[in-house]
This record gives sequence, C-alpha cells and structure tokens, in this order.
Amino acid sequence: MNSTKAVSPTPSFIEMLVRRRVLRTFFLVFLVAVVVWRIGTALWANPTLFLQQVIDGLRLGFVYALIALGYTMVYGIVRLINFAHGDVFMIGAFMSYLAIARVQLHLWPTKVFPGISPVLASGIGSITVILLSMAVCALAAITIERVAYKPLRSAPRISALITAIGVSFFLEYFGALDFVFTPNFITYKRPFDVTTWVFGSGGVQALVPGQAIPENTVTFSNISIIIVIATIFLLVVLQYIVTQTKIGKAMRATAYDQQTARLMGINVNGIISVTFAIGAGLAGAAGMLYAIAFPQVTFLMGVLPGLKAFVAAVLGGIGSIPGAFVGALIMGQAEVLSAAYISTPMRDAIAFTILIVVLLVRPTGIFGEAQREKA
Amino acid sequence: MKTRVAVFALLIVAMLLTACQPGAAGGGTIKIAILAPLSGPVPTFGVSTRDGALLAIEEANAKGGVLGKKIEAVVADSQCTPDPAVNAANKVIEQDKVHYIVGEVCSSASIPISEIAEKNKVIQISPTSTNPTVTLNADGTTKKYVFRACFIDPFQGTVMAKFALSKGYKTAFIMFDQGNDYVRGLAEFFEKAFSEAGGQIVGKESYTKTDTDFSAILTKVAESKAEVLFLPDYYNIVNLVGAQAKEKGVTAVMMGGDGWDSADLDVKAADGGFYSNHYDAADTRPIVQSWVANYQKKYNSVPDALATLAYDATNLLLAGIAKAGVDDTDKVAAAMETLNFEAVSGNVTFDKQHNPIKSAVVIAVKDGKKTFTASVAP
Repeated sequence: MNSTKAVSPTPSFIEMLVRRRVLRTFFLVFLVAVVVWRIGTALWANPTLFLQQVIDGLRLGFVYALIALGYTMVYGIVRLINFAHGDVFMIGAFMSYLAIARVQLHLWPTKVFPGISPVLASGIGSITVILLSMAVCALAAITIERVAYKPLRSAPRISALITAIGVSFFLEYFGALDFVFTPNFITYKRPFDVTTWVFGSGGVQALVPGQAIPENTVTFSNISIIIVIATIFLLVVLQYIVTQTKIGKAMRATAYDQQTARLMGINVNGIISVTFAIGAGLAGAAGMLYAIAFPQVTFLMGVLPGLKAFVAAVLGGIGSIPGAFVGALIMGQAEVLSAAYISTPMRDAIAFTILIVVLLVRPTGIFGEAQREKA
Repeated sequence: MKTRVAVFALLIVAMLLTACQPGAAGGGTIKIAILAPLSGPVPTFGVSTRDGALLAIEEANAKGGVLGKKIEAVVADSQCTPDPAVNAANKVIEQDKVHYIVGEVCSSASIPISEIAEKNKVIQISPTSTNPTVTLNADGTTKKYVFRACFIDPFQGTVMAKFALSKGYKTAFIMFDQGNDYVRGLAEFFEKAFSEAGGQIVGKESYTKTDTDFSAILTKVAESKAEVLFLPDYYNIVNLVGAQAKEKGVTAVMMGGDGWDSADLDVKAADGGFYSNHYDAADTRPIVQSWVANYQKKYNSVPDALATLAYDATNLLLAGIAKAGVDDTDKVAAAMETLNFEAVSGNVTFDKQHNPIKSAVVIAVKDGKKTFTASVAP
C-alpha cells in the first residue's frame, strides 16, 4: 500500500516482497488452490457422496446462523463480543430437554385435544417447547445484560469483554451443579420421531429402519428440513423486525450513534435489552435444534458451537445480519467438508484457521463496513 | 453430631481391637491384606472389592484354609489415592507382617503399592487396575511379585474382533478418539486381530472427544457398506454416534468395549450393538451361577464386576500358594506364573507380563435390554 514511501533507497528483495504483499497474495492463492483442488477431486470422484456432505454441512450451517445472529446483533449495538452467548445456547437446549423429558410439554396438544392428528400434535407441541426455550433464554439474557454488562457500559470495552468471559464460565459451572443441570452427559429426548428419506433417480422414498441405503442416492431426515425451515422463518421474522418496525428502526439508530439516538427520544437501555433478548431467543431456538440433531446435552455443549458461530459472525462481518447468515453457512460447509475430505480431528483447527485468515486478509469480513467502527 | 462422634470412636476402638488380635494369634495363619478404597472418590468400588475378597477367604476357610492353615484377612483403606495407599501398604507389611496383598482398585494407587510390594518381596494381585505399568517396571521388565486379575483394556479389541468374525462379519469400519489411550488401544488391537484372521478393515476414521456432529464420518460408513462399526468409546459418544447412525441409515452392527457399560447408555441409540465386559451375572457357566448365588445369600445383592474380580484375584492368589506348597513368596510367584485356574471371570493363565489371558463376555443391546450373549476366549 505504502510502497511509494520507500524507507531505504534500495530495498532488498525480501523487503520488496513484504511491502508489495507478494508473499501474502501467494499464500492466499496457494490456500485457495488447495481448497479448490480438494473440493474438485472430491466432487469428481463421487458426486453423490459430495452432495450428501454438503447437505449435512447446510444443517450445521443453519444452526450456526441462529447463534451467529446473536453475536452480531449485540456487537452491532453495544460493540461487545458476548462470550456468554454460547452458554445461553446451552440453557436453551437444557430448557427444551427439561420441558420434553420432565414435563412432557410437547404432548399437550394430544392431551387437550385427544382427536388431533399426530403430525399436527407433534408440530404444535414442538413449537410450544421451542417458544418456551426462546423465552427463557431471552429472560436470562436480559438479566445478564442488566446485572453484568449495563454497569460497565461507560467503562473501557475490554472490561465488558472480560466480564462476558466471566459470565460464560459462571453459566457453565453453575449449570454443572447437581441441582441445576448436573455435570453429566444427558441423552436428549426428541419431541418427534426421526424419518429419513432417500433421494435418488427413483424419486424420494422413506427409508425403512434397518434397510441399507441404495447406490447413488442422498439421504436427508426430517430433522434437517425442520432446522432449515425454522431458521429461515426466524431469519425472515428478524429481518422484518429490524427493517420494518419501530423497534428495528430504534435498534439501527442506537447501533449508529447511541448519544444521538438518546437525544431523539429513543430509550437506549430498553433497546439494548431488546437486542440482547432477541439474540438470546435465537440462541435458545438454536440450542433446541442442535440438541435435536445431535441428541445429547451437557453443560459445556455451548462452548464450541458458540466459538464457531463467533467465527462465522466475524467471517461475515461482525455487526452485519446477512453477513452472519452467509458466514455461518460457509462455516458449516468448511467444517463438514474438512471432516469428510481432510481429517476429522482437524475440523476445529480449520474452523479457527478461517478466523485467523479473515483477520489477516479482511478484518471487516465479507459484508463488514470499516467506517462503522468508532474510535 | 454427637452420635456420629460416638460411632466413630467406637469404630476406632473396634478397629484397634481387631488389629491387635492377629498379632497375638500369630504363626498358625496365613494373612492376606485387602487394600480397597473404602473412602475417597470411589467408595462403592472399595466395598464391592472388599466383600468379594472376604467371601473368597471365607469359602477357603470353610474348606480348611490353605496349606493346612486358616486364612486371615487384614482390611485397610487405601482411598484410590497414592499417599494413603502407600501408608496402607506399609502398615500391612510392617505391622501386620502380611506376605500377600489383594488390591488396589485404581491404577493410581496400585502402582505405588506395587513398588512397595516389589521391594518387600510381597505378592500383590490387583483385581481391577488396568494400567500396564502396574505390573511393569519403568524399563519394561515385569515386576516379579505383582499380578493382576483383569485383562488390560486393549485386549477387549482382540476379543471383539474374534466375536465379529464368529458372527460371520467380514468387513469392519473403525471409529476412534485419537486423544484417548483406552479407545486407541482397543481400536489397534481390534484392527490387528480382525485383519489377521481374514477380516477386512474397510475404513478407519478418528475424531475428537468434543465432536458432536458425526455426519461426515457416518456418511463414509454407510458408503463403505461395512458390516461392523467398531466404536470402542465411552457411552456418551456411543449415544451420539448411535442416534446419528440410525438417522443416516447406517446398517453396520455397532460394537465396543466396557466403556459402553453404563446405566446412561442410550439403549435406543445402541440398539443391535454388542460390547465386551469382564463378567456378566447372567453367564450360564456353573461357577458363575454358584458365585452369584453365594454372594446374594451373604450380601443380598447381585455381585458387580469389581466384587467378582476381587473374588477371582483372591482365589488366584490362594491357588498360587497351594500350588507352591509353602508360604514363600518367591516360590508362590513362580507357581502363579504357571497357573491354569478356572475363575468366575474365565479360565486364567498369566502371560509374561503377569496379565491374565482369559475370556471376556459379550453383551448384546437389543430392545431396550442388555443381555449376555457369549463368552469369548482370546
């Protein structure tokens, strides 16, 4: 960039390389070439297998999207990376577990209306559970915001960040107590039965349990479909709230400039609480969907999905809602494809390498706007 | 509070009294120390171990003891922790003058005890410590006076490979956590035994213990058409993998080791699977049935694996003493090395590293129940 202002009149060859960013460009081209080559050969070798992995990656990506939105919204409005967000996700998963396994909330439609069709009953039951999880998470997030973050709003940003890490540990190990969620791995009880469909040249058929999958077909289950539909629905609702409602307008104004927003008569504290609540509600929904897909809940389950969703938010451009969505889909694919074609133990390493590469190459992310960062 | 103190004081007095008695009796008995974690992190393990060993001694005494002498048990609490274990071992060797130790349950306690036993030429047999260094010195040589009654972990891989082949399965896919020695050991032994006996390993994938999404691996498992999916991990991973495998339409039969043995194993996710274990109360061999009956009569509960292995360990030791014919630990150690003994948990011979070579049981998970299926010799 600043190559015109040469420090020494005769720069050495290496200095020139560094200054012209030749090495960096070379490294990036190399990285992209390796990725393209790996994906290309995998696609060529077995297209249906590749398609299957992409479908599984989509499912993971959609869950990450819900979590990443919470990170990005909170960052957009108070410039805080809320590290406790992953643990709110865990609370959501546990709440839905308790509602299903202990209270059997998902069965209420059949109890109240005995003649109801089973599909409709499990649909309404599951939606009730997910709404409960979202509400509990929203309440938890408002409490956390009021207790831990609000007193630090005028303090240096690093203080709030450290507090967020503290809150995260608190939620994890408070959850691990015997009278809260217990430190055990708990098998999650799905509110509906799993059906797997096989999609191939013969059309779509349901897979009979115990039957082998036919050649050249891809499978997907009702879980994947529910995750995709639920995520898209929540995204549309969020987009509507942010762009079309008064609250959304106030949120955008607060994100742009808190002082001016306050002068315009906006209840900034209230708006910040609402933002936390919406983000946490999405995380709560994500917690339940994740637990349905990978049926086990434990007090540390939020750590890695939380961090990966954070990477997704950074990749898409932190503060940007479409960015979080696109970033999460890329993360889901990167993870599943690297598990499938590079090495499973390296999937996390690759996920966090993406973070490093993004920070080196384009710190603002795909959709990020550098000028929004205030000094 | 007061009553608790009083009970405690009474206990101490009682312990002192019982500790004094043998010193007076002396000569005419053979003393066996039972070092078990009666307090500390795993007290239930300790109680089972003590009960199993005491029952073995009681039965032997009813038949006239060993070498014509009565056997006397010295119980000490070693707490599953190195320091108390060292104290307990020193106490039984120096004060009670025992020549034989049954214990400890935990490898972390058995290893320091084994060093003291070796130094004092006292025979130690651990019922359940699986760490290889319990019977091995730092330089890889075998500790002369130290034995164990349980098979070491990786051995279960060999047993399951044999079992899979005996069921007619020819292809297997292995999934393992590369960061876990237990899992890796089982996977390696399975691979070796399975491929050497004519089976084919069609795929091998590793994962990490924090993974929850196994879709990428399971897609490969389905693609490979493997008949067996060997997953020698703990129950929590088995629950996750099993549920996702069912969703993905994986038809391979899941198999694993004693890491599956938990009340928290999701029997729906693991349905159709098999795992190996040290022992099962439903084993049909007469020796197992009489052991279960005797234990139930005395303690009013079904013996667990710890009680069984403690019972076996004590009987192996007594068989070694009887075979040697004298109360001399050098001769007893030599006799044990060539022992061939029918124990509850299988017919035992010792290998060069003083690990038992014996059969394991295979348990099937089917329709929500875990049932004994076979006893497989290596």
